[in-house]
Amino acid sequence: MESQAAPEPQSSSAAPRGAGVAPVLLAASGVSKRFGPVRALDRVDFGLRAGEIRALMGENGAGKSTLIKCMTGVYAPDAGEVRYQGRAASVGSPREAEALGVSTVYQEVNLIPHMTVAENICLGREPRRRWLGGCIRWRRVREKADAALGRLGVDVDPGREVASCSIAVQQLVAIARALDVNARVLILDEPTSSLDRDEVARLFGVMRHLRSQGLGIVFVTHFLEQVYAVSDSVTVLRDGTLVGTLPIAEVPRRRLVGMMVGREVEDHRPSADANAPGGPPRAEILRAEGLAKRGMLESVSLRVEAGETVGLAGLLGSGRTETARLLFGAARCDGGRLRIAGRDVRLRSPRAAIAHGIALTPENRRTEGVVPHLSVRENIALAVQARRGLRATLSGEESRRLAERYVAMLRIKTSSIETPVGQLSGGNQQKVLLARWLATEPRLLMLDEPTRGIDVAAKSEILRTIDELRQRGMSILFISSELEEVVRVCSRVVVLRDRRSIAELEGGELSEAAILNAIAEHQPANGRPGGGDA
Amino acid sequence: MRSPLRPIGEAFWSVRWPLAALALLLAFNAAFTPGFFALEVRDGRLFGVLVDILNHGSRVAIVALGMTLVIATGGVDLSVGAVVAISGAVAATLVAQHGAPWPLAMGAALAVSLIAGVWNGVLVTVMRLQPIVATLILMVAGRGVAQLITDGLIITFESPPLAYLGNGSLLGLPVPVAMLAGAFVAFGLVSRRTTLGLFIESIGDNPPAARLAGVPDRLVVLLVYAVCGLCAGAAGLIDCSYIKAADANNAGQLLELDAILAVVLGGTSLAGGRFLLFGSVIGAMIMQTLTKTLYMQNVSADIAPAPKAIAVILVCLLQSPVVRERVRRMRGGGGA
Amino acid sequence: MATAVVLVGVFAAGAFRYPHFASWAVVRNLFVDNAFLGIAAVGATFVILSGGIDLSVGSVMAFAATLIASLVERHGMHPALAMSVALLAGLGFGALQGALIRGFRLPPFLVTLAGLFFARGAAFAVHPQSIGIRHPFVAQTLNDTLSLRFHLGAKIMTIPCTVFLLLATFGAAWVALRHTRFGRSVYAIGDDEHAAGLMGLPVARTQVGVYAVSGLCSALAGVAFTLYQQSGDPAACKGLELDAIAAVVIGGTLLTGGVGSVLGTLLGVLILGLIQTLIAFQGDLSSWWTRIAVGALVLLFLGLHRGVEGLARRAAAGPDGRG
Repeated sequence: MESQAAPEPQSSSAAPRGAGVAPVLLAASGVSKRFGPVRALDRVDFGLRAGEIRALMGENGAGKSTLIKCMTGVYAPDAGEVRYQGRAASVGSPREAEALGVSTVYQEVNLIPHMTVAENICLGREPRRRWLGGCIRWRRVREKADAALGRLGVDVDPGREVASCSIAVQQLVAIARALDVNARVLILDEPTSSLDRDEVARLFGVMRHLRSQGLGIVFVTHFLEQVYAVSDSVTVLRDGTLVGTLPIAEVPRRRLVGMMVGREVEDHRPSADANAPGGPPRAEILRAEGLAKRGMLESVSLRVEAGETVGLAGLLGSGRTETARLLFGAARCDGGRLRIAGRDVRLRSPRAAIAHGIALTPENRRTEGVVPHLSVRENIALAVQARRGLRATLSGEESRRLAERYVAMLRIKTSSIETPVGQLSGGNQQKVLLARWLATEPRLLMLDEPTRGIDVAAKSEILRTIDELRQRGMSILFISSELEEVVRVCSRVVVLRDRRSIAELEGGELSEAAILNAIAEHQPANGRPGGGDA
Repeated sequence: MRSPLRPIGEAFWSVRWPLAALALLLAFNAAFTPGFFALEVRDGRLFGVLVDILNHGSRVAIVALGMTLVIATGGVDLSVGAVVAISGAVAATLVAQHGAPWPLAMGAALAVSLIAGVWNGVLVTVMRLQPIVATLILMVAGRGVAQLITDGLIITFESPPLAYLGNGSLLGLPVPVAMLAGAFVAFGLVSRRTTLGLFIESIGDNPPAARLAGVPDRLVVLLVYAVCGLCAGAAGLIDCSYIKAADANNAGQLLELDAILAVVLGGTSLAGGRFLLFGSVIGAMIMQTLTKTLYMQNVSADIAPAPKAIAVILVCLLQSPVVRERVRRMRGGGGA
Repeated sequence: MATAVVLVGVFAAGAFRYPHFASWAVVRNLFVDNAFLGIAAVGATFVILSGGIDLSVGSVMAFAATLIASLVERHGMHPALAMSVALLAGLGFGALQGALIRGFRLPPFLVTLAGLFFARGAAFAVHPQSIGIRHPFVAQTLNDTLSLRFHLGAKIMTIPCTVFLLLATFGAAWVALRHTRFGRSVYAIGDDEHAAGLMGLPVARTQVGVYAVSGLCSALAGVAFTLYQQSGDPAACKGLELDAIAAVVIGGTLLTGGVGSVLGTLLGVLILGLIQTLIAFQGDLSSWWTRIAVGALVLLFLGLHRGVEGLARRAAAGPDGRG
C-alpha cells in the first residue's frame, strides 16, 4: 500500500504546479467514521493546497462521499480532525463549512428551476434594505450575480430562467453560487456525470480559471480521462482506507486502475492455453449496435447468443446500468439499433421488452425492484401476472405452488411465502427478484449488480444459480463491478468505459487483468460533434 | 395446512384497531346512551339506532370501497360528492320528467357516473395531473352539471322500485346494507380472484418497481378511478331514493371527506400500497357511529364535524411515520 | 399572459352583448362583491405557491365572522378588538395546520380537510345562527366614514372600505412574495423543496408560515365578509375554498407550486366575478353555469400549464438533442 499517511501539510499533498509554498486550505488527518458495523472511513488523511485540483477516486463504497461529508459538516467524524486553512474546527452543518470557506456542488444540480440565474446565485442571502421591512435590493442582487459569474469567467445572462439553461450551465450557476460566499475550497461531486464532451471541456476551463485564482478544488469523478485532463493530483480511496495521494503525472493509468480495484494489473496477457472460443454458432438472441441516449450512453454495441452468459464490465459510471435500462425499455434510446431474435425493434416500455422475453433485475433493489409490503408469493408472481394481463390470473393455489417452487429452488430463506419481502435480508430479496423473472421463463435475463450488498454465502449461491440457468440454455447479461465474478461467470465480456463499449474479450483472453488493461489502455475516441449551447 | 376460515381470521386480525375503536364507541354508548341498542321488529323489518347506523353507514361505505382502491394506488378522488349529485339528478330527472322506466334510469345514472370516473382517470393517467388537482375539477364543475340536469330544482319522483333502494328492506335489513354486502363481496372477489388487487398494491407501494415488472400501470389506474365513479353513482342512487328526490345542491355534500376518512380510519395508508376493504367498511361505520353518538349526546349536527375532525387528526397522527418512528425508538430504548 | 386575455375577453363579450355592462357600476360591484373572495385567494396563493393546498379557507372565514359577531353583540366587545381576536385566531389556526403538516409529514389536503370540518363545527359552537351586527363602529365608522365617494355625473358612487382592504392585502402580498426572503423561499420550496433545503433555506419555518398566512388571510376575509354582510353567519362561505383555489389557478399559478403571482390571482378573482355578473345579466341562465364555467376554465388553464411545460422542456432539450 502506498499510503502517504503523514497528516502534516508538507507531505500530505502533491505539490501543485509552479507553487512553492501554497498554503494548505483543507486538511483531514486520521478521520474515521463508522455506520453501525460498517467502517466507512478508517484513519484517512487528506490535504488540499491553494491552486490545486485534486481528483478523488474510488469504486462504490470506497468512502469518497463519507470523506466529503465529514469535511463539510454533514457527518461528525468519530476520530481525527479537520482543519480549515490551518484552523481546527468541528463544523455541524454545510452552512458552517461554507462560512469556513468550503463549498460543495452536488451531482444532481440543486437549483430552483423557475428562478433566474441571478436569483439562484443569491437565494437566501439576498442583500436587503435596512428599512422598508427588509425588502430585497434587486439591483444589488443582479450586481452580485454578475460579479459571481464574472469571477468564473462565464458568459450567462443572469436574468435567464435556470430551467431553460442546459445542465452544464446549471452546473456553472451552482458553482457561482457556491463561490459567492468567499469560498477558498470548492468540492465538485461528480459534476460531469451528465455532461457531454463539449460541456465537460467548458467546465474544465472554469476549473482551471479558478485554480489560477488560488482556489483549491476537490473533483470527484469516475472518468479516468477527465482525471488526467484536469487534475494536478489524485487521491484514491478503497474500502474506507486511503490507498494513496500522488501527483497525476506520476501515476500511469494502469496503476491508477489497480489502486482503485485493489489489484495490481500485470502488463502481460494471459497465455492462450485456456479453452479457446469455438463450437457451433448459436442463435443470436439480441444485438445492439451503437446504442445511445443523450446524457446516458454514448455508444454501446453488444450481442448475446442463446445459452451464453455475457458480462458487462467497467468502472462505476461507465454506462453498465444505463445499457441495461435501454435494453429493457425503461429508458428510450435516441440512437443506435436494437435487434431481438433477428428483428429490428424499438422498445417503448418495459412491457414491450418483457413481451420479447427479456427480463431485468435492476441495480437498485429497494427503489426499483421489490415491492416491500407485498408478500414473497406476490412479489414472485408479479411479473408472470403482469405478462398474462388483468384477467388471465393465477389461482391462489398456482401462485402458491410457483412461489414454493422458487423458494425451494433458490433456497430463499423466509419464514413463509406470505412474509412481506421488506422483512427479508438483502440476499433473499435479490433471490425473490430473480425468482420473479425466472418465473416468466425469459429468453434473456439481465442481472444488474445481483450480488451487491449481500453476504458471501448468498453471493456464491446466486452465482451458482446463474451458472445452472446458463446450462439449461438461458441467455444471461451479467453486470457487476466485481471483476472476479464477471470472469468467473461469463464466457464473453463487453468492456465499457466512459459510456462506450471499448472492447470485447472471450475465451482465453478473458481475465481480470485483461479487463483492467482494456479499461486503462484504451484511448478515447476524438470528441464527437455535440451541440451544447456553450 | 390451510383452513378455509383462515383468510377470514386474517381479515379480522388486520382490522383489529379499527374494530377496537368501533367497539370502544359502542361500549361508550352502552354505558351512556340509553336506548342505543334497542331494536324492534315492525312489518318484518328491524328498526333501531344500530340499524340506522348500518343504513346510513352503508352509503358512505360503498363510496369508501371505491375510494380505497384509488387511495391504494397513491391517489385520491375528491369528486365523489359531485358524482353522487349527478347520479341522483340523472335518475330522478329521467323518472320524473321523462317517464323513463326505473331500470333505464338507474342504468343511465350508473353509466354517467362511470363516465365521470373515466374522466378523472384520463386526467390522471393521460394528462398526468396530480390526483388531487384532477379530481378537483370535477368537484368544482360536477355540482354545476347536476344542477344543470335538474334545472336547479329539487326533483321529486314517484317510483316505488326506485324508492325501494333507499327505503325498502331485504331480510329485515335496509336495502343499502344488502347493496354494501354485494359490493363488498364483488370487490373482495375481484381483488382476490384477479390480478387487479396485486397490481393496485404494487403500483401504490413502489411505482417504479411495478412498471419495471411490467404492470400495466396506466390501465389499472384508469380502471380504479372508473370503479370509484361507479361506486359514487350507486351511492347517489341510494341517496336520491332515500328522500325520493334529487337535490343537486345538497346530495353528497362533504361525502368525499367522509369517504376518505373512512378509508384512513380503516387502516389503508394514504401513501398507497396495501389496502383493507373490510377496514374501510368498518371505518365508515365508525364515522357513522361517531356522528350518531354525538347527535344522541345532544351535540348539534352543525357542531358535530369539529370532534370528528379531532378524532381523524389523532388517528392520522398515530399512523404517521414520524410518530411511529418515535414510538419504535422509545420501545427499543426501553428494551435495551 | 393568458389570464389577462381571458379577463379582457370576458369583459369585452359582456360589453358587446349587454348595453349597460361596460359601466363603472359593474366594475365597482365586481370589486365590492368579491372583496372577501379576493382576500381569501391571497392566502391560497401563498399556500399553492409553496406546493401545498388549504381546504379550510371557507370554514375559517365563517368562524371568524361568527366569532366577531358573537363577541360584539353578545359579549359587548368593541368591534376593533373582536376583529383582532378573530385575526389572531385565524393566524394561530393556520400555523397549527402548518405545524401538523410539517412536523408529522401529513398530507396538506388531509390536515386542511380536517381543518375545514373543525372550523365549521367551531363556528356553529360559537353561535348556531346568524347574528346581525348593529354596533355603530361597524355600521358607521367602517362602512360609512371610511368609504370613498365619487361624483360620477349625477350619481354618487361609494367605494366601501372592504375594497381598500382587498387592495391593501394584495399590495402587501405582492411585496412580501416579490421582495422579501420569506416570499422567495415560498417560491423556492414550491419549485423544488429538496434543493431549497440544500441551498440552506428555512424550509420548515417557511412552510408553517405559509399556512399561518393563509389562516390570517382567511380570517381577514371573514372580517371583510362581516363588513359586507353586517352579520356573522356560521353557515356562510361553504365551498369558498374551491373558488379561491380556482381563482389562483386561473390566475396562472401552478398547482404544483413555484410559479405564479398574486397579481394573476387578482385577475382570476375578477374573472370569476365577471362570469357571475355575465350570468346575472343574461337572466335566463342559471347560476350553476358559473360552477361549470369555473371548472372548464380551471381545466383550460391546467392544460395550458401542461402544454407550456412540455414546450419548455422540448425547447431546453431541442438545440442539443440533435447532436
